[in-house]
This record gives sequence, structure tokens and C-alpha cells, in this order.
Amino acid sequence: MRSYARKTRSGAVALALAGAFGLLSACGGAGGGKAGGGLQAPPGGSLAGMPGATGSASPSMPGMDMPTPSGRAGGGTQAPPVAGNAVVIKGFAFAPAALTVKAGAKVTWTNKDSDAHTVTSQGSGGPLNSAAMNTGDTFSYTFAKPGTYRYLCTIHPFMTATVTVTP
Amino acid sequence: MTRRQLMRHAGWFGGAVVLSVAGGEVISHIADHHDQVAAAAASDPNALRFVQVSDSHIGFDGPANTDVTGSFEHALDRINSLGFRPDFVMHTGDLTHLSTPAQFDQVKQMLSTARTERVFVVPGEHDAVGDGGRAYLRTFGANTSGDGWYSFDTHGVHFLALVNTLSLEKAGHLGPEQIDFVRKDLAAVKPDTPVVVFSHIPLFAMYPQWGWSTDDALQVIAMLRRFSSVTCLNGHVHQLFTKTEGNITFHSATTTAYPLPAPGHAPAPTPQVLPARQLEDALGIRTVAYREGDQALALKEERLT
Repeated sequence: MRSYARKTRSGAVALALAGAFGLLSACGGAGGGKAGGGLQAPPGGSLAGMPGATGSASPSMPGMDMPTPSGRAGGGTQAPPVAGNAVVIKGFAFAPAALTVKAGAKVTWTNKDSDAHTVTSQGSGGPLNSAAMNTGDTFSYTFAKPGTYRYLCTIHPFMTATVTVTP
Repeated sequence: MTRRQLMRHAGWFGGAVVLSVAGGEVISHIADHHDQVAAAAASDPNALRFVQVSDSHIGFDGPANTDVTGSFEHALDRINSLGFRPDFVMHTGDLTHLSTPAQFDQVKQMLSTARTERVFVVPGEHDAVGDGGRAYLRTFGANTSGDGWYSFDTHGVHFLALVNTLSLEKAGHLGPEQIDFVRKDLAAVKPDTPVVVFSHIPLFAMYPQWGWSTDDALQVIAMLRRFSSVTCLNGHVHQLFTKTEGNITFHSATTTAYPLPAPGHAPAPTPQVLPARQLEDALGIRTVAYREGDQALALKEERLT
């Protein structure tokens, strides 16, 4: 009986799909799967996740650490944009994508997108490290040292731009 | 042919349909069988039945959805009124919008109201803003390995939950440590065991220009080739999408928060503003059923309307 079923299935797939995918090798019947349910952690491990609710009562949740938000490099977020030193985040892009300012200039980024973005230095040790910027949020940083500062949005890393600081 | 064999036969057909959504008339005819099998599995109390929800973005506030909390409550209500108690609920990431402690606390409390044996999560990039995922791992990382990845088994199915959102400069990245974990984890799994892989960002190249791909996923895909049935379930793209590559089928899930444009149909992946009624149509949850012996899992998408 088993072989009959297998042959039927193989024939069916050849008809319907012309071997478009490689399932034929799997037609060996029901397989030797473990019986029954029950969530099992890997050998030697513990189960990830957390219990769901039973019935209508919600179990109390264990307490959580309340970490402080990550620090923000440079200036605060309150300053209004200064003409010529402003970067607008719109349409999932920084504009201008390449900004040049003099040393000591304060640059302000404003998020005009409906999604959140960050202003974060590429590589390690860079000075730009904004918090998550919601719509309308601003972030400012004063560039003291000349150089080229490459940055991105960590939520959407395809968004990249540079600030060039001249003496 | 006995009824049991017929059901198994139909179950196999069901798998064929799932794996060939883009096919022609012959295949769409078979879809009737698939519907029957999905219904049979979903109504079988001995079957594995779980729910995937995704991209709740708790904390988002914009015209695309002015009440993401209400939408996620709606999704949880739907889970709690399915007519059965799912074996588990998996949230495939972007639980929060901005990774704040209050948002993590809120989404964890909301998830705890799901009437299910267990709630699992994987992080999205919105769950790792500013801290590389540390707050996420404090909230949800118990009993996970590395940066939050893990595996488990139930009903003869092996599950992998992968993390591809914690790399600051590469959205869609697994990293060598996690790939090594997958290699060791799969070593003991028999090739006829169905494998399900969860991740936030798709493991296939859905639209790399918008970060809708995982740059080193092919190393994991190669390890999954020897299994007869592999199902990869992801979020991130806020829309339903199915793709088959040989023995592996990828299913992107929709969101409970707001829709995103289809790949390349807009200049950027900007949240889409829809009339209220159409918004509910775009949001949803996914139920998945599997009976031991069936070749593939049966997926059912439910809108939040």
C-alpha cells in the first residue's frame, strides 16, 4: 500500500509541476517523527520564550530592567536648525548627502519622515550617536575637528551621508 | 486507496500548492485540496498549530496608523478567539518602534495576554535602536544563545529562531557565530524532519535596495538544502509575499501596524497611509498548521477586518 501511495504522489507532482522543485526525495511516507506535541528545548538547553496566558487571567510579568537611553554625543536636541548647517532626513535619505562646514560649526539634523531614523557614525569610535529620532525630532552636533565624518541610519543602513569639516 | 492514504495524498498536494503559488491553472485547481488540508489540519487538535504575528511597532505614531496599540490588541483578540489554543505564538520582530524600555515593557505585557503555551520572539532592527539590542535581550533573551538565537522542537518539527537585525551597519546580517550555531544545531536533525526558520528580515533577497535581504543568508540556505521541507517565516516587509527556491519556501508576513509599499513601487519604504477600512485589510495574523506525516505546513492569513 505504501508503495502505491508513493507512486501516485510522484506521478502527481510530475504532472502538476514538471519537477519544478525537489520534493520527490521526500516521498518516503510519514517519516519517523516524534510522537505528540510539547515544546522541547535542544538537548542540554532550556526553552526560550515566555509562557502565554492561561484562560482569561493575565499572569503578572516579571520586572524589567529599565536601562537609561543611550547617551547622545555632542549637543542637545533643542536647538533650531542653522541655515547652511542643517541636514533634512526625508524620503529615507539625508539631504544634503554631503555637507561641508567649518570647524566649530554646529550641524542639526531634522527627521521629516514618518519612520524613525538615527544619525550614527560609521565604524567604531565616531562622534555621531543620536537616539532614535521620531518624526519631527532633531539632533545636533558641533564639529570641533576638521575631517570627513561618514554616518548612517542604523535602522536603515542603506541611508548614508558625510559631513566634511574644513579648518 | 484508504481514506488515510487519500488524506496523506491530499496533504502532499497541499504542500505542492504552497510551494507553487505562482503556478498556472492546473495548480490553482489543486488549491482546493490545499484548502481542505489546511482546514483539516487546523481543526485537528493533535496537529501543531501556531500563530505568527509581526511588526507591531509599539510606539509608532503617524498618519499611517494613529493607534498601533489598538491594532496589536485587535490582533491578540483574534489569536484568543481562533477557536483553538495555539501551541505557541511567534512574533517575528519590530515589537517596538524605538526600543525604549517603556515600549518593551508594554509589548511584553500585551504578548503575555495571548492564550497559548508559549510566546516566542525574534528582534527587528527597530528593537535594537541605539543599543545594539541590549534592552531587547534583557527583556526577551532568556534561554537564548549568542545574541538571542535559539531552537526548539515540537510535533516532529524542528524550529530555528534567528537574529539578523543587530548589526549596526548591515540590516540583514547573521554573522559567523550564529551561522556556526545553525551548523551545529542542524547536525542532529534528520533530513525528513520538517524545518521552520524564523527571522525578522527575509533570508531571501526580496529587495536589497531597501534592506529587505540578509547578506550572509546563503550560508544558512546551503545547510537547509538537505531537508525535505523547509519553511522560512519572516516579517520586516509589512506585506505578504511567497517565494520558493527548491525545497525551501519563504513566506513574508504582514504587520499589525502599517503597510509598506511593494518593492520598488515607491521611492522609499515609507509607511503607507490608507483609509481606515483599507488599513485593517492590510494588517493581519498568520496561523500555521502541520500534522505529522504531511509534507508541508499549511498557512492561513487572517486580516484584522
